[in-house]
Amino acid sequence: MWQLLLFNITNGLIVGAFYVLMALGLSLILNLSNVINFAHGGFLVIGGYVAYALTPYVGFWGALLLAPPLTAIIGIVVERVLIRPLYGRDPLYSLLLTFGLAFMIEDGTRFIFGAQGKPVAIPAFLSTPLSNDLFFITGYRLFMVAMVIVAIALLFILLRYTRLGIRIRAGVLDLETVAALGINVGMLRTLNFAVGIFLAGLSGVLAAGQLGLDPTMGTGLLMPSFIAIIVGGIGSLPGTLVGGLLIGVASGITAVFFPAASEAVIYVMMAVILLIRPRGLFGEEGMLT
Amino acid sequence: MSSLFTPKFDRRSLIKGAAAIGALQVASPFIIKARGDTPIRIGMVDPLTGVYAATAGNEVMGAKLAVEHINAKGGILGRHVELLVEDSANDVGTGVQKARKLIERDQVNFMIGDVNSGIAAAISQVTNEKKVLHVVSGGHTDSITGKDCKWNVFRVCNTTRMEANSVSNVLFKKYGKKWHFITPDYAFGHTLYDACTDDLKKLGGTVTGNELTPLGTADFAAFLIKARAANPDVLILLVQGSDMINCLKQVVQFGLNKQIHVAGTQQELESLAGLPPEARIGVWMFEWYWKQPGVAGVDKFVADIRKMNNGNVPTARHWFGYTSAMTFALVANAQKTTDAVKLAAALENFELPADVKLQPNKVYYRKGDHQLMTSAFVGEAQSKGKDDPEDLFRVDEIIPGDKTAPAVSETGCNVRWPA
Amino acid sequence: MKATAQLKATAHLNTTQSRKLIVLVAIWAALLLAPYWMVPLGGYTALATRVLVLGLAAMSLNFLLGFTGVLSFGHAAWFGLGAYGAGLTLKYLALSTPLAVLAGILLGGLCGAILGLLLVRRRGVYFAMVTIAFGQVFYYIAFQWSSLTGGDDGLRGFARQPLDFGLFKIDILTNATAFYYFVLFCFALAVGAMAFILRSPFGRTMIAIRENERRARFLGIPIERHIWIAFSLSCFFVSFAGALYALTNNFADPRGLHYSQSGDFVMMAVMGGMRSFWGPLLGAAVFVVLQDYLSSITVNWMSFVGLLFVLVVLFFPRGLLGFFQRSKA
Repeated sequence: MWQLLLFNITNGLIVGAFYVLMALGLSLILNLSNVINFAHGGFLVIGGYVAYALTPYVGFWGALLLAPPLTAIIGIVVERVLIRPLYGRDPLYSLLLTFGLAFMIEDGTRFIFGAQGKPVAIPAFLSTPLSNDLFFITGYRLFMVAMVIVAIALLFILLRYTRLGIRIRAGVLDLETVAALGINVGMLRTLNFAVGIFLAGLSGVLAAGQLGLDPTMGTGLLMPSFIAIIVGGIGSLPGTLVGGLLIGVASGITAVFFPAASEAVIYVMMAVILLIRPRGLFGEEGMLT
Repeated sequence: MSSLFTPKFDRRSLIKGAAAIGALQVASPFIIKARGDTPIRIGMVDPLTGVYAATAGNEVMGAKLAVEHINAKGGILGRHVELLVEDSANDVGTGVQKARKLIERDQVNFMIGDVNSGIAAAISQVTNEKKVLHVVSGGHTDSITGKDCKWNVFRVCNTTRMEANSVSNVLFKKYGKKWHFITPDYAFGHTLYDACTDDLKKLGGTVTGNELTPLGTADFAAFLIKARAANPDVLILLVQGSDMINCLKQVVQFGLNKQIHVAGTQQELESLAGLPPEARIGVWMFEWYWKQPGVAGVDKFVADIRKMNNGNVPTARHWFGYTSAMTFALVANAQKTTDAVKLAAALENFELPADVKLQPNKVYYRKGDHQLMTSAFVGEAQSKGKDDPEDLFRVDEIIPGDKTAPAVSETGCNVRWPA
Repeated sequence: MKATAQLKATAHLNTTQSRKLIVLVAIWAALLLAPYWMVPLGGYTALATRVLVLGLAAMSLNFLLGFTGVLSFGHAAWFGLGAYGAGLTLKYLALSTPLAVLAGILLGGLCGAILGLLLVRRRGVYFAMVTIAFGQVFYYIAFQWSSLTGGDDGLRGFARQPLDFGLFKIDILTNATAFYYFVLFCFALAVGAMAFILRSPFGRTMIAIRENERRARFLGIPIERHIWIAFSLSCFFVSFAGALYALTNNFADPRGLHYSQSGDFVMMAVMGGMRSFWGPLLGAAVFVVLQDYLSSITVNWMSFVGLLFVLVVLFFPRGLLGFFQRSKA
């Protein structure tokens, strides 16, 4: 029994790590631009399909390297054409626009690649599990966690030590002053969006190895990301990290006792947090009220 | 803040452009043409968008081929046949609305649909109310030819009882008596589980556990951890579609297939094709398979579908759509009428000819429950065929439908005819 | 001078009033005669019924969104509860359509009212997120409690019953036109109630809260209580729509509770015009008809609907009616 629980908690952390990757991208976009990106799942799907399209030419590793930046470029185009006009307006509008965008992406990928799921293979040496007992910790899942850690580290370095990162952090606190200081806020927002979408694209490539690749795979992964942000606290990236891991573990533990509710439990968690501590575990009061 | 990118066009020009495009389209589809020699219309409702899009699309393709063949042979009662396809978008409200649209506005004579069992059942209420002959092509829930059976509704695909009965013996003898289940948590999964466990108990086996997985589960590790801990002989995967792909992929990645036998009931070519080659494992049943050397009509069907399907072979779903549409043509031409009640009566015990049934055994619509007695193709998945890259399943046995189907009395079906 | 100015003012007032009256008459004429002018245009009665039901839902949402300024992105939960309430009543309790409708209204409305107590402390995006959360919780309950709700397969085995008035019966089961008029009657009741509330002092207060919440608070208006009442009323109305939806389909299913359904309602309200009373009905009409028409001619209708969302948000944020009103000025 205890072994079961331990295994599930460990597995929950692995699953949670994946949620963290998605949620961080979403969080970045939300914090700076006040845009609720309902199309984030769509960008995940784009990342997966771009990787699928590139794999015959550059192999798995090449696709892993190229797909996220390509997805980010698509994100830049979307941001400039569609999202930019919405800054300063009620967040309702960005929610609706990205909602519609998600439709278009799902249908678009179905149109280009077909509704049939695509087989995505991962390098053989990653496919082997650690041991017979710890079978659920395969090389690929460890690799995924490693990639998430690398991404978080790079993001941390970006935000802490680069000029862009400092500007983004300043912008989250007070965008008007940043603009007054002469910084090109439009470009800042675009680049911030691009970083967020890069993370979504990376999530897509990693997900394609784990799951079947089809146009609808993004929708199921979007809500847990939102919940991770809310539980952790809107406006706080470390909070998003904790939130993602927390919901992964909660889902895993629930699967042991009450498997049918393993998805519903994360919604209950979100509702509880919103009612007793609406700013989330690490958030600051007043953000987006 | 001024935006770097100022759209060159504004609202006015957008409206002008839209109006121009709209005028070009012309409202003609909205205005019903004058009734000349009215064609026979077959309505088809299927979820062409959403998670079942791939299988639904294949059913539609099969039906389109059937309509081509029907028209080439002179149509139904000498009249041209049209197939009107509507998207139910995997939503009941939409499915019901489209069914009403096809019946009330487009005056279809026959109805096919839906892949989603819930929508199929909802549509059957509409067709029953409007007295339209309805063939359920791809919805598997037992109640459609069970306790909710209706005089105007017939079904082509298997019931969950038939599927369970077809594999249980093989699995028990070959792999062992302790079974652990991964069951999708909805009606199809539950009835499939009940059917399998009934068979297992009769054979003297035991159920080591049942993991109920929510539909759309991405990560099965938690459930597989529990399954592994229960130490079964066989891991039975009842999940379908993208759940099947995710689960099987993870089973193989975790190396579970090296420790436990993996099997299940219904498997589809769409799922196997979506898996990487090393994950195409396990013993399953197919509802129809394309590689049947020596069986009449199959080669031609495969060739015809390949032309429509980018060179890909037909799946069971293509065959469902094909058979559904052909059923109408065959029975209507035989009875020389389009009256639903007369045709429904004629369809009872109606046997499908060789070029439609495309399988070796006798295939007919059973009188008591309107269920097509179609065969179960039991066999094992393979990563790649010897001769054909799409031959992903090795057929070991083809069991006739009336051997796998429970007796009519056990289905709970009581067909009530209109007064 | 003053007299003429006053006369002109009154004349102008009458013109606005009479214009409003004409618009109102036109709307009701169109609705009353819908089965007759829709069919030659390639429509069908069930489509009109669907427009009414979803239009009522969108208008109920707009009662909260457009007139109080509060965004709920989980209204489909009460809509779905209304549908299940009606369906369960018909299936297990009594074969009576009015009772089913009442049960649906009560189930969705009361749940919304009770949960509303917890929700009203939040605002803005938080509020929207909480409503999504609660909506999804109900979605999962409907999905999992399959012994009661039928789970993913949905609740079926019930049908709307003919209305029995003792002396005569109205067959709303098999007669699509009769059913349309029944729905129109219910629609009229709900819309009438909504209009009455909006014209009342309470309604005026709601608009005041929308315009400037802080000022309203300084005026001593109990904000949370007002928002709670507005929220609850909106839930009762949308459950009404949900009950009618179950009667239209003779079916209730969990997808009616999903947040994407809520998204559709918000889009209808925005597309039609949030600031106007009839806007959401127009939005619903455009949305439903467009979706119906597009999905018949192309498999890629989702791209077009998504494109519509995008274009409305970018170019018509005030909706169709907002656009017309502006161009008049």
